[in-house]
Order: sequence, then structure tokens, then C-alpha cells
Amino acid sequence: MAELTRDDVAHLARLARIDLSDAELDRMVGELGIILESVATVQQAPTDGVEPMSHPLPLTNVTRRDEVRPSLGAAAVLAGAPAVEQDRFLVPRILDEEE
Amino acid sequence: MTTTHVGEPVLSFEEALAAYDPVMGLEVHVELNTATKMFCGCATTFGAEPNSQVCPVCLGLPGALPVVNEKGVESAIRIGLALNCEIASWCRFARKNYFYPDMPKNFQTSQYDEPISFDGHLDVELSDGSTYRVEIERAHMEEDTGKSLHVGGSTGRIHGADHSLVDYNRAGIPLIEIVTKPMLGAGEQAPEVARAYVSALRDLLKALGVSDVRMEQGSMRCDVNLSLMPKGSTTLGTRSETKNVNSLRSVERAVRYEVGRHAAVLASGRRVVQETRHWHEDTGITTSGREKSDAEDYRYFPEPDLVPVAPSRETVEALRATLPENPATRRKRLQSDWGYSDLEMRDVVNAGLVELIEETVAAGATPAGARKWWSGEVARRANTEAQDVVTYAASLGVTPAHVVELEELVTSGRLNDSMARQVWEGVLDGEGSPTAVADARGLQLVRDDGALEAAVDEVIAANPDVAQKIRDGKVQAVGALIGQVMKATKGQADAGQARTVILERLGVS
Repeated sequence: MAELTRDDVAHLARLARIDLSDAELDRMVGELGIILESVATVQQAPTDGVEPMSHPLPLTNVTRRDEVRPSLGAAAVLAGAPAVEQDRFLVPRILDEEE
Repeated sequence: MTTTHVGEPVLSFEEALAAYDPVMGLEVHVELNTATKMFCGCATTFGAEPNSQVCPVCLGLPGALPVVNEKGVESAIRIGLALNCEIASWCRFARKNYFYPDMPKNFQTSQYDEPISFDGHLDVELSDGSTYRVEIERAHMEEDTGKSLHVGGSTGRIHGADHSLVDYNRAGIPLIEIVTKPMLGAGEQAPEVARAYVSALRDLLKALGVSDVRMEQGSMRCDVNLSLMPKGSTTLGTRSETKNVNSLRSVERAVRYEVGRHAAVLASGRRVVQETRHWHEDTGITTSGREKSDAEDYRYFPEPDLVPVAPSRETVEALRATLPENPATRRKRLQSDWGYSDLEMRDVVNAGLVELIEETVAAGATPAGARKWWSGEVARRANTEAQDVVTYAASLGVTPAHVVELEELVTSGRLNDSMARQVWEGVLDGEGSPTAVADARGLQLVRDDGALEAAVDEVIAANPDVAQKIRDGKVQAVGALIGQVMKATKGQADAGQARTVILERLGVS
């Protein structure tokens, strides 16, 4: 597969809203490259005559009935929030985005 | 900070249409009315306490596993069938990845290149009696996002907000996104076609019983894509996508505005920017949102936690058998049941009153009465407030039961028509139920025969000449006496009854 570039990493960081310094970018290009290379081993598997698959199990139509089950409760849900106001998750303002 | 939105130059609709053909694409999101969310058992009750209907699945906690709501899939298939779509025999969910606080998972579970329904159409009737066929590209399953409240700065708007507060009760509620193919050839009827389509879709979804389809509560939301082609060209122009156009009237206005704006851009030799636009209900204009850019890179991939959906043909046919009467056929039937003329029915349909009248008739009103009360003063006020009648009536808390009650006050003889109109105005002014308004305003036809007879005697005594003419056979002169009786009783007598009593007293009848 094509090599991971510095631009790719910068793009991904922007999508994930992660602010990386130049030094961090350089480091991530190397580290992510190694990870991709390791995972790429699977491409050596012989797949001739094997249908593409997205799921390991040959299952379809796994559903549940439309019946309400208990939720966590606001107190438990908000216990994991870094900041809370009016029983809602408080998040920083987001610039240049729509509602 | 207060934000004033500066409008851009626009050409008049007529000028724009002289040079360009509008092309529209509508994306409608519909929240299903399932009891639970699409991938977990959390309740979907509207207006619940913030973050009270949230669990590890819809919060995206590590290790939580989603399971598909069976009814959500059934509703999706029924919608697809009602829109004359093909139903996929095998399809998958996909992750639409984006980093934004309205989705705690950092992706929205949606469908990408394998929608459950595709290639359909919906025929919509226009006010001139013609039909426009809207081709449906796809109708796919996904989930709604959380609701953000932007705090600080101008209220509600994101610009100038200091921070946002997020409620995840809505995150995970099943959504169906219905996307049209490019709608061409509507010409000057484009705004009407857009409105008629959303209206027909709303009727259809309501008839299917799959959604509350309340645009004012956000359970049905519309994005309007619009571009212009120079007349004679077959090359599609650059489109704008106006988000969250959430009433029928706004859909029509937004199309009209964007046609004028695009035309002004093109006529000045500039290029239309491909971007999202914000719709401003108050001023009726759109403003620039964000440009399409590399920020929009959703990196879709098949959702590994959900197995494919593969409805059997038997299941699809069983669901097809549950489809309700087509709304257009239904309208014809209702028109005949209600005895409305073509014009009356068309007015009622255009005003979006069919369901309201149906509910009102079901509640016990006459069809004529239901039409009269919903399309008169209420419609006039709703128009002044720039709202749909249904939305407006709901905001006032005025219901079909009020119409039934008002009619009963008339048929029981307590009120005459002009009193009933006064009472209805009082109801619309928030003074309470029709009976309460009639009581509070002391409106009551004189039923007491003694009081009416006394008034008649006084009037006869005061007008001996007129009385004699009537005795002599000039019965038409009775009108003058009726008028005086009405005056003497401050309009609370029944004119017909007054006439009978006068003629009796004069020995004419």
C-alpha cells in the first residue's frame, strides 16, 4: 500500500481535532507507518476465490424487539463528563461549524 | 453580540426564471416513532429530562454493543415500499466518521453505498391540478444526533457562543434519510413542487404511522439543494445546500430565495460556491455556512458491530400488505365523504388542513363546520404569524375538540353564527374553551320566550304604523321590526324566532 505521508497525518489530526506540533507530526508519521506496515501483513494471506467479507460471522438480521430497557440515569451518565451544566455535557465552543 | 444577517444581491424570481432553469434535490430526515432507539433500548420520549434516556451504547462507551431495532427496520422497509422503491435483499450499516460533540461515538451509524431502499418515486399534486413525479434516489437508515444548546453570545446561535451544552437523549433515535434525484423541469413551479413534495411525504409518513412528522418539533427536517442551469443547457450547475428548512412554507421560500441569489451570482459573471447555507426563518434569507472542503471526509466503512440486514422477499411482501391507502386516493375519498367542491378541497389541501379536518370530523364536528372554523380566522392569523395552520393551532393549544364544542353551542341554539365567531376569536386569544369564552363574555341567545315576547310587544307598540302594514298583508315589512327587536335584545335574540313571535302577535301567521 501507498506510504503514509506527513500530509495524511496532518489531515487525520485535523479531522480528529488534535493539535499536533511539527515535531509530534514527524513522530506520528513514523509510528503510524510502523503500525500500518505491521497490519499490512494480512495482505499476504491467500484470498483467491474468497468472497470479500466485512464480518467474521455468517449472520444476518440480528435484531431486538422495540421494548424499552432502563437507561443509565442522568446522574450516572454525567458522572463521566469533564464538565456539566444544566444536566448537560459542557463542551468548548466550536468555531466555524454549523449548529 | 447580536448578529444581523446581511442579505446578498438577489434577482427577482421572474428575472431568474427568464434565464435559468432551477434544479432541486431535497433531503428529508424523518425520526421514526419507535418506542426505543435504533441500536439500544433507551426510550425516545420527546421532552424528557436531559440525558435521562442514555445508555452505554448511545453514549459510545468502550465495549458497548449495538443491536438493531426490529421495528426500525420494518418502518424503513414500509417507507421504501410506500415510495415505490426497490428493497435491498442485503445491505449493511456503515460508520460515518466525524468528530463533533453531538455524537459521543465520534461516528454516526448510517448507511453508505447500500441503502435499504432505492430507486423510487412519489407523485405530487400541484395547485393547478397537474402532477409532478419526484424520483427518489434512496431512503436509508441512520440515527439522530444529540441536541446542542449554545450558551453565551446571541441566544441559540453558534456564532459568539462561549460553550455548548449537549443532551444525548436524541442521539440514537432512528432516522430515515430520504434523498431525491435531481428534480428538473419544474420551472416557475419549483418552489411549489418542493413544498408539495415535502407535504406529500409528510402525509404519506403520517398515513404509514411511522413518525410523528412534526416539523416544528424536529421529527421531520428538510435540507434543500439548489442549482441553476442556463436555459437550454443540460449541464448541472454548482449547488448550495440550505440546512434545516423546517416548515412547508419555509421550504417554498428557501427555494425561491436561493433561485434569486444563484441567478444574481451567475448574472454578475461570478461562480456559485458549493457550500452549506443557513436558513433564517425571520428574514426569509440564507447566509453562508461552511464551504465543502477536506473537512468533510467521513471515511465511511462497514459497521463491524452490526451484521447485515437481509430482509426476505416474504418479509417484504408481508410489509407491503400493511401499507395504508395512498394519500392522493384517500384525499379523493375524503372529498366525496365530506361533500367538498374541488376548489374547497384544493384550498384545504394547500392549507395543510386535511388531517386536522379529519381529526375534527372524527371528534364529532360536521365537515362543513370543521372546514369553516379551521380555514377562517385561524388561517388568517397563522398567515400573519408566518406559520402553518397546524403548527399555529398547536402552539395556541386549540384542538379539534374546541371546534366540536363550538359547533354544539350553535346547534344547541345557544349561539348564533356571529356570536360563534366572537367566541372562536376568544378561544384563539387564549381565553379558554368555547363554553368558557361564551360564559365569560355573556354570550347567549335569548331563549327565554318571555323576554323575547316582551321585547316584541314593546317594538310593536312603538311602531303602530309598521305593525298595521304587516296586518294588512305587507309581510316583508317585518324586517324593520326584527331589526328593532335585535337591537332591544342587544343582538342576543334569534332572528328567526323573533320573526315568528312578531307574526304571531300580529295574527299573520
